Amino acid sequence: MTSRPLATLSLAGRDLVSMRDFSREELLAFLDEATQFEGNEQPILRGKVLGSLFFEPSTRTNLSFSSAMQRLGGSVLGFADSKVSSTAKGESLVDTIRVVENYCDIILIRHPLEGAARLAAESTELPVVNAGDGTNQHPTQTLLDLYTIRQKRGRLDNLKIAFVGDLKYSRTVHSLIETLTHFDNELFLISPPTLRMPPEFIEELDARGTAWREDEDFFAVASDVDILYTTRIQQERFPDPVEYEKVKNAYRIDRASIERIGGRVTVMHPLPRLNEISRDLDSYPGSAYFDQARNGVTVRKAVLSMLLGVTRT
Amino acid sequence: MSDATQETLGDRRPEGAAETFVKVSALREGTVIDHLVSGTALKVLSVLGMRFEGAVTIGLNLDSRKAGRKDIIKIERRELTPAEVARIALISPRATFSIIRDFKVVRKFTPELPAVVDGLVRCPNPSCISNANWVVTKFLVVRPDPLRVRCHYCERSLKKEEIELL
Repeated sequence: MTSRPLATLSLAGRDLVSMRDFSREELLAFLDEATQFEGNEQPILRGKVLGSLFFEPSTRTNLSFSSAMQRLGGSVLGFADSKVSSTAKGESLVDTIRVVENYCDIILIRHPLEGAARLAAESTELPVVNAGDGTNQHPTQTLLDLYTIRQKRGRLDNLKIAFVGDLKYSRTVHSLIETLTHFDNELFLISPPTLRMPPEFIEELDARGTAWREDEDFFAVASDVDILYTTRIQQERFPDPVEYEKVKNAYRIDRASIERIGGRVTVMHPLPRLNEISRDLDSYPGSAYFDQARNGVTVRKAVLSMLLGVTRT
Repeated sequence: MSDATQETLGDRRPEGAAETFVKVSALREGTVIDHLVSGTALKVLSVLGMRFEGAVTIGLNLDSRKAGRKDIIKIERRELTPAEVARIALISPRATFSIIRDFKVVRKFTPELPAVVDGLVRCPNPSCISNANWVVTKFLVVRPDPLRVRCHYCERSLKKEEIELL
């Protein structure tokens, strides 16, 4: 096994709590490092332990981080349900972190309360990775989205990117859009009126000089875009089921709709999907949603190794 | 230094109109908080704890050349702490503070909001960790005017009218 310290831009010891904490240069460092892990599984994290604290259930993120850690030779301990932790006995989050820090080298936390990862990071000297805090941040999802965009289109600037569906509540969309303000792209925000992007995000786009256009009509803008990022419209957001019925299939994407807009767009989705993406799109070459899931492991390998201050030779 | 003895509650009178302003006794020692956003004076008094040694004079919805309408508060025998000034600045960012000693304005200032506001604002997001654990709240001032702050923990962005002081 050979490992080397990061020579140029070291992120060793940093927390990955919010995408707001990172510069464009640092984001690109994560992505560049991730490309080095494609198909490469040197056991550089042998002897390192990931403390994995899932205070609410998760399948993909939990398994993906465990896979990344174990494939690099590290090990994982923790819990996947707060009912089996001391939280069920009333222990505070800060106390839980102060105890767990003795057992591991890096802490991964998912928590239903927003800001929990920030509080955890302030409670320990160990690096803390946010695996989702309520509706706030899920930074490794954003990193894997950026990674996938760059992988499919070869760049992160000068792209036309359309976000489609629930732009009001989608944590994934909010985080990706905010992070894309580091880059020079044109954004299209396509949603029903009830699920428009909240004004504070629009203000941020304006403040950062990012070009954007809002529309309800998918076909009015979609023919010109490079990336189509679709989201699930969540039924629980609609107190009136009739309103949900009106919009649930408003932006259903299928092979015919992709061909109508030129057939060259990259289709992304954070998964799980319901009806937004037809299964007949799974064989379309531009469909990238399963690549996103695979890239999740690659990106998380880079995150774990960089924050631990070790990387591949 | 200007003379504070001739101050009235109100600063504009039509040319030739009769003197209808209510004269208030001049402050020997104390603080004048002027140019408060109209309608905020009672909230400011609430922030100050409503415990005062001397007289407190309040003017509500007065004419103002700058803002159209304003509130003003004169507090006898009290100078405010930096934390109190910061709280008032969150309620009314353009308020001016005049410190009066021996009837003279010895200092007049408009406070600048700090980049970070600790322990002054409650996060209105019920799902924020700062409402569930024992945490000193922290808000980042995104921009001072119009005021917008962001919770350090849940990252929820608040406008001035959404801010709830602790």
